[in-house]
Amino acid sequence: MTVVLDNEVDAAAARAAAVARPNIWVRLLRHNSVLIGGATMLIMILIGICAPLLGTISPERIDPTTRNKRPGVEITVRQDDGSTLQRTVLMGTDSLGRDIYSRVMYGTRVSLIVGFSVAALSIAIGVLIGLLSGYIRWLDGIVMRIMDGLMAIPGILLAIGLVSLFRAGLGTVIFAIVVPEIPRVVRLVRSVVLTIREEPYVEAAISVGTPLHKILWRHVMPNTVAPVIVQGTFICAQAVLAEAALSFLGIGIPTETPTWGNIMAEGRQFFRVYPHNIFFPAIFLTITVLAVNMLGDGLRDTLDPKMSKRV
Amino acid sequence: MAVINPNRPVLDVRNLTIALPTGGDRPHAVEKVSFTVSPGEIVCLVGESGSGKSVIAQAVMGLLPRTLPVTGGEIFLEGENIANADEDRLRELRCVRMSMIFQEPMTALNPVMTCGDQIDEVLRTHTQLDPQKRKQKIIGVFEQVSMPDPPRIYDSYPHQLSGGQRQRVMIAMALVLEPALLIADEPTTALDVTTQAQILELIKEMQRQEGMGVLFITHDFGVVCDIAHRVAVLRLGELVEAGPTREILSRPRHPYSRMLISSVPSMLPAQRTRHEGARMVLRTEKLTKVYGGGGMFQKAHSVRAADNVNIVVRQGEALGIVGESGSGKSTVARCIARLIDPTEGRVRLGEDDVALMPQRLLRKHRRRIQIVFQDPYRSLNPRRTVGESIIEGPMNFGASHAEALKRARTLMETVRLDPDSLDRYPHQFSGGQRQRICIARALAMEPEVLIADEAVSALDVSVQAQVLKLLDEIRERMRLAMLFITHDLRVAAQVCDEVAVMEKGKVVEYGPVADVFLRPSHAYTQALLAAAPGRDWEFGKFAAA
Repeated sequence: MTVVLDNEVDAAAARAAAVARPNIWVRLLRHNSVLIGGATMLIMILIGICAPLLGTISPERIDPTTRNKRPGVEITVRQDDGSTLQRTVLMGTDSLGRDIYSRVMYGTRVSLIVGFSVAALSIAIGVLIGLLSGYIRWLDGIVMRIMDGLMAIPGILLAIGLVSLFRAGLGTVIFAIVVPEIPRVVRLVRSVVLTIREEPYVEAAISVGTPLHKILWRHVMPNTVAPVIVQGTFICAQAVLAEAALSFLGIGIPTETPTWGNIMAEGRQFFRVYPHNIFFPAIFLTITVLAVNMLGDGLRDTLDPKMSKRV
Repeated sequence: MAVINPNRPVLDVRNLTIALPTGGDRPHAVEKVSFTVSPGEIVCLVGESGSGKSVIAQAVMGLLPRTLPVTGGEIFLEGENIANADEDRLRELRCVRMSMIFQEPMTALNPVMTCGDQIDEVLRTHTQLDPQKRKQKIIGVFEQVSMPDPPRIYDSYPHQLSGGQRQRVMIAMALVLEPALLIADEPTTALDVTTQAQILELIKEMQRQEGMGVLFITHDFGVVCDIAHRVAVLRLGELVEAGPTREILSRPRHPYSRMLISSVPSMLPAQRTRHEGARMVLRTEKLTKVYGGGGMFQKAHSVRAADNVNIVVRQGEALGIVGESGSGKSTVARCIARLIDPTEGRVRLGEDDVALMPQRLLRKHRRRIQIVFQDPYRSLNPRRTVGESIIEGPMNFGASHAEALKRARTLMETVRLDPDSLDRYPHQFSGGQRQRICIARALAMEPEVLIADEAVSALDVSVQAQVLKLLDEIRERMRLAMLFITHDLRVAAQVCDEVAVMEKGKVVEYGPVADVFLRPSHAYTQALLAAAPGRDWEFGKFAAA
């Protein structure tokens, strides 16, 4: 059975409407910054997962005999069973004789865990608050004033305050970075909700008796996905930087855990003599943040074409 | 200013062909279109959406985007071929020899410049007049387009003017240099009917005074009837028929023009059989909605969008609410459907008063009133299949998925769509088809009252006729009470049993449609009816031969 059409004009309009754009994945893969950013992130994730297999030794192993070696120097490592091992320190060693290469590789784990979990948590919480705040009128004023208050405090300052309230550790750091990020997500989601709630299809859903939670889930939330994914990548980059900053200030993750921030914090004292202590983790940090931001820009261009034209 | 040569057409378009980008639904936006506009003549290009009528206007003005190149034919403006003229030459000609006015005067004017400055810019670019003379000339042209208080308009920003005044500013700007050709692209579509009548009158008068040629683009045969000397009918980029207005309107030869003209609803109220003593389904008593009232930091400023509205809708009958924009007709509909909360009054649905019922109790009454909206492109969630949209309601009220889906298939047949297309997405349907889907979604709830809020206003006239017919059949067959909100008097005349005329939130006239249309008693109703374009012309019904 064929579609019974109104008339020819309408049929032509339907045909024109049916000319589909290429699949979203195809469009993503055609975009250079998505491709480069995504590939770099993939490499970073692999480095994090495979850190023990990349010719590393224990990143926490202190060895007074190999202190402050410059990159490329060959050292002898005495292992726990008494045997010795000859190895070249690719990125040198720090003032406690720890292998910087191993520490940077293992540090990738912390940075990525912080980046991804901060992005995931702040989006989950922010979307929930944003949906409710945008849709339920009386809640809006209260929630948004709280968010305005949070946004008035510089993010890093708020994080420092929160960390000092609790025992330093990975969880605390993640929590401290999540809190200042939430208002950004809430504002974004709320603005989408405010436009979508006026759409006739939402009103149609109300008039067929759809309960509030289903309206939000089915009709409103899908519209927030694209902008939120884009925002998520920027939050991820921000979180990686914030974690490094907190560690660098010595109030983040405990100093024995290798993180890029910790490595740089320890290298700070001898920065002029042994710049490699700061140089290598900084390179990794820069590449990661750049890759995430490129991915975010590319996603914005593909998922939200209107925005890319405006920028 | 150059004089217009009365013996030569101001515009002569020959075999104009404009390509569409590859991947479009047809290879050409416009194909081999030829027509002329003589001095002192108004030629209407009429066609439905997608017929290429605006593309032709843009081609003449040299405003086509790069993606739509002119691939063949010539455009002669006063004997000069400008089809491939360079940007410098076009700039010299625009506003001087040819001008254009647009549909939406708010977006066509620069919001951060006063109206006077915007016209002054035209004069500064094209003339050597000194500032004093320029201002005089602008005030003069404002007077010519019958603006009240020209010096004030000169210093006003567009947002300070009404829609009609803004369109007058556009016309003043277009005519200030006395061009030979005026192109008007749907200049009255965004305006209310009474304003539209004034603007049409103004365009006619200016054209008579200046002796220029006017190319008038419209989709409305009523407007054609009022303004055009000659008509050209476009269909999918091809010119199917052209000739003097009366001849085309009374004896169209091409099947497409016959179909289009037959689709125009008549101003004469249709003969309808009333259901004597039909049960009252919906009644509003003193329904009032007040907007505003001042917040914590704002001064109290309230608008009575609906003011003591009393209407009755009976089973199997259709009540029309007509009025211009801002008259409160949609507010009434939305209060009844409880999409907004009325300030006071009653909405009686059978024995229940739903006007101020709290949401918790309201939910079970929701299904009894269903609404179909104006914009078919925004009424369906683009991310859900039409099937999911239709079964959403019944499933909210406990129907099983299989049951609801079975019913959705029957409903698709009711609205003459293929039941197998339930798993398609809205973008795969045309506007008219989407509106049918919205009707199916409303019917799935088995409502007692169906509200159509400008449900056919966004549709082309031929599609509109079909959707109206469908709605009328459904009302008759299911004995539905219908509330028909529309600004189009022709539509109201054809599908309503009774009609309420609203002005500024109040119902000013209410009665059987024949009485209101043929013997209007209120001044506002009389003004509305007098302003309806083409009111004196009875559009014939032609066999589809």
